Amino acid sequence: MASKAYDAGVKEYRDMYWTPDYVPLDTDLLACFKCTGQPGVPREEVAAAVAAESSTGTWSTVWSELLTDLEYYKGRAYRIEDVPGDNESFYAFVAYPLDLFEEGSIVNVLTSLVGNVFGFKALRHLRLEDIRFPIAYIKTCGGPPAGISLERDRLAKYGRPMLGATIKPKLGLSAKNYGRAVYECLRGGLDMTKDDENVNSQPFMRWRDRFEFVGEAIQKAQQETGERKGHYLNVTAPTPEEMYERAEFAKEVGSPIIMHDFLTGGFTANTGLANWCRKNGMLLHIHRAMHAVIDRHPKHGIHFRVLAKCLRLSGGDHLHTGTVVGKLEGDRASTLGFVDQLRESFVPEDRSRGVFFDQDWGSLPGVMAVASGGIHVWHMPALVTIFGDDSMLQFGGGTQGHPWGNAAGAAANRVALEASIKARNQGREIEKEARDILIEAAKSSPELAIALETWKEIKFEFETVDKLDVA
Amino acid sequence: MSASHEVGDFQTAQTLETFGFLPKLTQQEVYDQIEYLIANGWTPAIEHEHPSGSANHYWTMWKLPFFGEQDLNAVVAELDACHRAYPDHHVRLIGYDNYTQSQGVCFVVHEGRA
Repeated sequence: MASKAYDAGVKEYRDMYWTPDYVPLDTDLLACFKCTGQPGVPREEVAAAVAAESSTGTWSTVWSELLTDLEYYKGRAYRIEDVPGDNESFYAFVAYPLDLFEEGSIVNVLTSLVGNVFGFKALRHLRLEDIRFPIAYIKTCGGPPAGISLERDRLAKYGRPMLGATIKPKLGLSAKNYGRAVYECLRGGLDMTKDDENVNSQPFMRWRDRFEFVGEAIQKAQQETGERKGHYLNVTAPTPEEMYERAEFAKEVGSPIIMHDFLTGGFTANTGLANWCRKNGMLLHIHRAMHAVIDRHPKHGIHFRVLAKCLRLSGGDHLHTGTVVGKLEGDRASTLGFVDQLRESFVPEDRSRGVFFDQDWGSLPGVMAVASGGIHVWHMPALVTIFGDDSMLQFGGGTQGHPWGNAAGAAANRVALEASIKARNQGREIEKEARDILIEAAKSSPELAIALETWKEIKFEFETVDKLDVA
Repeated sequence: MSASHEVGDFQTAQTLETFGFLPKLTQQEVYDQIEYLIANGWTPAIEHEHPSGSANHYWTMWKLPFFGEQDLNAVVAELDACHRAYPDHHVRLIGYDNYTQSQGVCFVVHEGRA
């Protein structure tokens, strides 16, 4: 290693960065990219270029490379695989040495892995499909401020998913009217309500006023129902200083939970806020605005499973995952693939779910999956089956669109959920028997009966649903 | 918009978390839930509390959790015994999951008098 001559000029990337014999170390950070090269560029050269440009390489050899040991620091493309059913793209697997990354910094990991390389001219498209974070790196990340088990203990909610609703209309309500909508949902039986993501601090409702009225709504609903309640007060703000000021006040008004948009707010803000939550005993709900810009194109960008993994490391107690069944369709197997990454302590490689690597999460707490978007009572048995207990089922119109209002809508949601849980625990196949279970439960709940009638056409395509007896 | 005579009044209720919104479970339905708890490998446990203290995290334990208990009838007998000893108290059944260190099951079987 000692003497190597300086040879200026441009070399092919594959000479240094394509290493098919390399056996990845347990401490390496591994990545799988879906690559679509420009016509005529060999796969090995594309894969090597991705490894180089996302690690130590630059386009021309420089003399100062010889002052360090690049064999120690370089990323290596170590495997290429066909993409099933796709002739133009292929998977490139890259191993990065642990020391390329600052400890506990998702910002740093992403700046390297999805930095300049995505604009590289030799590529037509590039998509980061998955990352295997080594356990050594995971131990440097704070992760969820509380995690699933601690959240359940704080809120005393066991053996079922939690229920929430996003307050509507999402923009335009005054602080007092907004707090009214929150109170009605909570007294009716929801566990939590949520600020819409674009509610920050607009002229019609400044944040401080919203927090005060919502705080009163939470306290009153708790006193009257005897159950613990919360509202995700959105502290996403223009600057970190304002974000922390809002977080402090949310704690002061007695909400157990706050909310942040991790992609528009950014990972620096998110990780800092997660640390603040851990210090202050607050839960952190994470929304994912902007994700579809990044994750929807099948050949370019970052798959959501990677963003989900990054969020678990950066910190959050809830993360939106889609619903599979609601207005925002998502593939069931793929959704379950990243829901596992949020909640489990070990997730094995499973290509049928889009999981490219074994992932050991060690002792990092789990994140609750949030199913939100266009769901209502008829979906409840399917949601319970898909997402299981460690989830937050988040309604909107499916609570507040009830003909009697938010409280009755909330009660209908709660009855439908508990009937589904009861039946599941009795061993019934609740997705198949959904109709029977819900109609039976509606016999003792006029609120549910009316909800079933109101939304009967949304999921089920039957000509008729039994006309329900309404008290 | 609904005409006002079609809109019902929803009265806020004091509820006791999971299954608090369903009609009181029948004996058979309680048995079904105990079977589910045991089938999952969880540990049955019983807690009770006067309704005035039900908002606290800690209720009083009835004896100790029934580690290794596989017999539905033994759990039922303990629930009954706890209820007889504290007829004014809420009595809840818990299924301790030592893997997640959480409770896979938790619901009130007998409601006390406020």
